[in-house]
Amino acid sequence: MSQGERIAITGGRLIDPHHAIDDSLDLFIDGEHICGIETPPAGFSADREIDATGLWVIPGLIELGANLPDDQPEALARHTRTAAAGGITTLCLAPDMQPCLDGPASIELVHARAQRHGCVRLVTLGALTRELAGEQLSELGALREAGCVGVSNGRQPVTDTRIMRRAMEYAASHELSVFVHARDPWLTAGGCVHEGELSTRLGLPGIPAAAETIAVARELALAELTGAQLHFCRLSTAESVDMVRRARASGLAVSADVAIHHLLLSDSDIEPFDSRYRIDPPLRSSADREALLAGLVDGVISAVCSDHRPVSRDARQQPFPAAGAGIAGLHTLLALMLGLVHEGHLTPADLVRLASTSPAQLLGLPQGQLGNGQVADLCLLDPLQPWTPCEANSAEHCALGSPFHNTPLRGRVIHTFVGGQEVYSQT
Amino acid sequence: MNPQLDKDGNLRHLLEIEGLGRDRVVQILDTAESLLPLTERAVKKLPLLRGRTVVNLFYEPSPRTRMTFELAAKRLSADVLNLDVDHSSARKGESLLDTLRNLEAMHMDMLVIRHPDSGAAHFFATHADPQVTVLNAGDGSHAHPTQALLDMFTIRQHKPDFAALTVAIVGDIAHSRVARSQIAALRLLGTGEIRVIAPHTLLPADIDRLGVKVFTDIDHGLRDADVVITLRLQRERMQGADLPGSQEYFRHYGVSSERLALASPDAIVMHPGPINRGVEIASDVADGPQSVILQQVTNGIAVRMAVMALTMGGERTAAQEPGT
Repeated sequence: MSQGERIAITGGRLIDPHHAIDDSLDLFIDGEHICGIETPPAGFSADREIDATGLWVIPGLIELGANLPDDQPEALARHTRTAAAGGITTLCLAPDMQPCLDGPASIELVHARAQRHGCVRLVTLGALTRELAGEQLSELGALREAGCVGVSNGRQPVTDTRIMRRAMEYAASHELSVFVHARDPWLTAGGCVHEGELSTRLGLPGIPAAAETIAVARELALAELTGAQLHFCRLSTAESVDMVRRARASGLAVSADVAIHHLLLSDSDIEPFDSRYRIDPPLRSSADREALLAGLVDGVISAVCSDHRPVSRDARQQPFPAAGAGIAGLHTLLALMLGLVHEGHLTPADLVRLASTSPAQLLGLPQGQLGNGQVADLCLLDPLQPWTPCEANSAEHCALGSPFHNTPLRGRVIHTFVGGQEVYSQT
Repeated sequence: MNPQLDKDGNLRHLLEIEGLGRDRVVQILDTAESLLPLTERAVKKLPLLRGRTVVNLFYEPSPRTRMTFELAAKRLSADVLNLDVDHSSARKGESLLDTLRNLEAMHMDMLVIRHPDSGAAHFFATHADPQVTVLNAGDGSHAHPTQALLDMFTIRQHKPDFAALTVAIVGDIAHSRVARSQIAALRLLGTGEIRVIAPHTLLPADIDRLGVKVFTDIDHGLRDADVVITLRLQRERMQGADLPGSQEYFRHYGVSSERLALASPDAIVMHPGPINRGVEIASDVADGPQSVILQQVTNGIAVRMAVMALTMGGERTAAQEPGT
């Protein structure tokens, strides 16, 4: 696509909860930026006009949970291409990858490579501790200067409470939010499904809900002690939602997100020993699933992501307990969230808020809205177009990558723009 | 969707008891009964699996289970290949899928698999060529269906009316594939009451949802039981977070003759073996008149022969071969 193009997107349904817009409005792009909503600026002549009749025009999605195995150009190109086709314009990279994002060098390298080889934006969470070992603080000041939007120890818990306290204090000093996957390492060890009737029936090592709630309780107490800005990644249990709800009511600066599959599936949906359901944290009970949905509706959980975590074919093709845990999710996030809209759980504005506006706020990014003068990161979608996700449109190149493969879905991306450039077009 | 059955509902693999249905379990037991006299004859061979190759692929050492599978296959005239793999080194080496492909390249007909991961037998059955039959000889804590079937066979020899029975299973339910398969089989056969007896550290979550009564006090749990099944306690569980020690375990959960007296006077005592004497069961009980532990071993051969014959359509093969 040529740069500096002027584009008129006409007749679409514009949805931007940040500006409380949900209306049939035209949108105009000049180069990198949105230059007009409803009416074009004086003297605007479009190089390209897109008839968006019947389509939704929304800010591009911001994926909070992009877990890539490494920073190789090929991987960055493939995953960002999949993201663009899924309406995602920004990926937030988790620090647990090769190389670990625990210093400015690895962060600057992945940013540079993403700029060169990727087609959507990429931001990073820096490692809270060196090599995520939970022993020594990372150079958080340097990480921030290198462009990190937050810090996290990824899926490795910081087991030593004293070190976690210091890490939170130090992160707060550098005004970095701490993104936590709440898990007690001892109760999680070896487990591969939610502990309950299913784990008992199949003889699979279980992970009790308490493995999460114990860690939520500890991190909440430490946030209160240290004043750190705390965000829980991928909450999975009803009790955790209640704890965060109470903490927020008492005035603590804490937020939380959830993975889309935890809103749609519970452990009773697991096909016995099907490694597509080997997911971390595990699919919980249906009561947990309902509590997570309720947490979305009342605002305790402010964001939804795909928790994209591809697993190699070889790692998938193992007996269930030995198989790699993860789900390829970039390609299905939007359609699965549209499913919640079609079923009446969410409004279209909720979808945009949960998958774009609010993740942008959590990461301190200007995106997630369609204001005049804003960077033109947006997506045009047909909310009803039927399709069936499969191996070919996931980034994992593996049919086993997702339990949603071969399930008919409705809602598909037609165009995706990043900074005014078209990075995906269905036709 | 049951991977054990083909599209006509015939038994293709034996992976677990769940999904077999009562009639098929009874069919297996009846077939075993017809084969049992053979194992006592001087010439103990049938030509049902002549020319077929059975591979015993064991990722955990289990000499007894492997021997009875081997004997069962040999008595049906199959060629048998035993492959014992050290699991800890296997994890670093060849993948399970590569092992399977190699065995298929050698044209095996039946794979008997023992593996420490729950679901390993399903894994092999899912990935195997259509002409290969997979028998689960124990996968993780999930299932050990032939053991459960031979246990049902042994119970039926002594007490044929399952609806009238109270069966008590004592020991490490949490980690026992034997207990899970026994519970499933006992339920299919309409057992009156199934009890599990163990401290909470050895009971898995929500075990009551499997249709059993839970007891932490063995004296209550054994009362009036008709069948007492003791489970082997793995050495690594004896000391640590699950249990403080083997002596303490025997004192509170070991089946002694005093405790056995609480059960029905004609109760039978079973154990899948190998026994830890003085840990889960007292010697005088294991060797006593109510013990049927050695009958279980004998029956194991007949039951495994029955399963092999039924899964490979051996009866048909025999009928088609004149002069055999």
